[in-house]
Amino acid sequence: MAATPHQPLSRERAQEYWGRTSKLMWTILVIWFVFGFLIHMFAPQLNSIRILGFPFGFYMAAQGSLIVFVFLCFWNAKAQNKIDEEFGVSDE
Amino acid sequence: MLKGGFLANLGKVYGIYTGGFIGFTILIGLMELAGVPNYILGYFFIFLTIGIYALIGVLSRTAEVSEYYVAGRTVPAFYNGMATGADWMSAASFIGMAGSLYFGGYDGLAFVLGWTGGYVLVAILMAPYLRKFGQFTVPDFFSARYGGNLPRGLAVIVLVCASLTYVVAQIGGVGIITSRFLGIPFQAACFVGLIGILVCSLLGGMKAVTWTQVAQYIILIIAYLVPVVILSAQVTGIPVPQITYGGVLEKIEALEKTLGVAKSHVAPFANAKGEYSALAMWNFLALILCLMVGTASLPHILMRYFTTPSVRQARDSVGWSLFFIFLLYFTAPAYAAFAKYEVYSSLIGQPIASLPPWVANWGREGLALVGACDAANAVAQFPLCKGVVGNADGILQLSEFRIAADAVVLATPEIAGLPYVVSGLVAAGGLAAALSTADGLLLAIANALSHDIYYKMIDPKADTKRRLITSRILLLIVAVIAAWIAGTIGNSILFLVSWAFSIAAAGLFAGLVLGIWWKRCGNAAGVWGIIAGFGACMFFLVTTEFQGPWLKSVMGDWVTLSKLTRGTVVREVAYPFGINNISVGIFGIPTAFIVQLLVGYFGRPASQDMQDFIESIRVPAGEVKMAGLEKA
Repeated sequence: MAATPHQPLSRERAQEYWGRTSKLMWTILVIWFVFGFLIHMFAPQLNSIRILGFPFGFYMAAQGSLIVFVFLCFWNAKAQNKIDEEFGVSDE
Repeated sequence: MLKGGFLANLGKVYGIYTGGFIGFTILIGLMELAGVPNYILGYFFIFLTIGIYALIGVLSRTAEVSEYYVAGRTVPAFYNGMATGADWMSAASFIGMAGSLYFGGYDGLAFVLGWTGGYVLVAILMAPYLRKFGQFTVPDFFSARYGGNLPRGLAVIVLVCASLTYVVAQIGGVGIITSRFLGIPFQAACFVGLIGILVCSLLGGMKAVTWTQVAQYIILIIAYLVPVVILSAQVTGIPVPQITYGGVLEKIEALEKTLGVAKSHVAPFANAKGEYSALAMWNFLALILCLMVGTASLPHILMRYFTTPSVRQARDSVGWSLFFIFLLYFTAPAYAAFAKYEVYSSLIGQPIASLPPWVANWGREGLALVGACDAANAVAQFPLCKGVVGNADGILQLSEFRIAADAVVLATPEIAGLPYVVSGLVAAGGLAAALSTADGLLLAIANALSHDIYYKMIDPKADTKRRLITSRILLLIVAVIAAWIAGTIGNSILFLVSWAFSIAAAGLFAGLVLGIWWKRCGNAAGVWGIIAGFGACMFFLVTTEFQGPWLKSVMGDWVTLSKLTRGTVVREVAYPFGINNISVGIFGIPTAFIVQLLVGYFGRPASQDMQDFIESIRVPAGEVKMAGLEKA
């Protein structure tokens, strides 16, 4: 934690760090948009597919997208931690 | 005694607590078998759980500023996730959501999606950076980022408007439950519920609220899962409702055909006749957007990520929050499906004379959440039957059955003929959900008033004791005002909550996101962003709700009018561009972004000091370099 003094990143390294962080953010944001909005616009069509009795469009809004959201949050934490460690800026 | 104190033994403490609660529930079940009357069982559930919360509140009482505002920043990611879950899942999620799924079918899923997807935004855009920023409140961020007390004051205004709207809905939820299970009038019940809220937050601030919320999460998730797991086992033989309700959906669709229901439960974006409507789709997507963006803007949620020990844990914590929330949200559609199946298959078509007693219990004067409207004078027994004309043939038709959305979850155990102990459990869960959210909201409001207004703007020299006393007095005042409003406007939850999300989203989201992600953005842009977003949202909220005909006269064909019942009054509500005003944030969010981007682009850019400050909060390690006036 705060015990070891932190060396500030050089200008280039800081830019690179933020570039990587932003890229991760945009990647997740796009997946979020697809499962949060885009896919549901096609729900009437997707509903013609049935799995275990669930119309697929209904299933995606009731469960499928939610699972993706949970996954995205944990994935973000893991991927960002990896970036932090690579640049030596983790706060733990 | 436990070695190493409370924080080192969280698993053990909450493990014992969970076991104790399950044991207690079984004990009540045995008392029911032994013939103890139902209302006494209800008393047990309500008073014992409130007693536990009060006990935790007393044990975690504190006189330290950092414990009072941010729980000493000692809450591990996993437990902060649980606490956020309880903070998040309100009466609207617990009592209201399955009800709106029951009525709306597919369209109700906007709430399920909107109230989960927002956490992705919290995770990638906000939480780690706000944690690194490391102050006490969300307005603190606005002050540090956009230069002083003007943005701070504006953020406080948005925060209070959103949170107060939200907390009124919670107290309404508490009122419904206590009214039903203690048998007292709704208005009085709102104030009884208030006591349950105050015992906790008043004593220990964020610290007490956090550890109580963990306890409340455990109760609410057990309470939500138990009835629907039993129902699933009864109906399908497999106790995993989240998987088995696919089959139940098929049964519902078959029953819809025999009962002559035009709008199918699973049909997306259908109007009352069951036809596809593009407008319904846009409303669905607009509501999802408002709820998601609102999630990432509501201060009582964001401030939970101020309490973790590190930035890294703040990120993990968002994942855990969403996981714990997900457990309830992916069950809600199953709850609605099983409830609908029970009503369609075993209630409709029954003789009025042999209806089960819950119909009368939930329908009585003063609660009025259920109505069996067959007889001509049905309204005398069921106030909910006002305006419904039955055919008086002594048989309950689908069109003669009325149930309020807020009653679906609470009444389902009785509808399905489960033992009363399950009803009591569900009531305790609903109470936990409403109390935990109300606690978090009241704390957010009181902190904003005491920390941001009183300490930062009025008397920066106030000592610790004075600050904490001010905060507590304000908490009490806000709580009483909220209870009074809740008692007055009646028991309708979902639209109030949706407004709260829209207000927060329109007022705060652009400022937060651009503040972190756009370094160059200057102070004026931040200020105008809030004013424009919040202003546009409030303008449309107030005019659509209260001045519908006027808005129509101004906007002409762009507006349609529709009569809606809000609590006890009927209003002509306007739909600008066909958009329902529960998604009113759809007008405010883009306005905020456009104005902030324009002013930021053409206006004076942020100072070098400010840009250094932003760079310092973007990296987890190292000092935070405060800029401008706040530079120590």
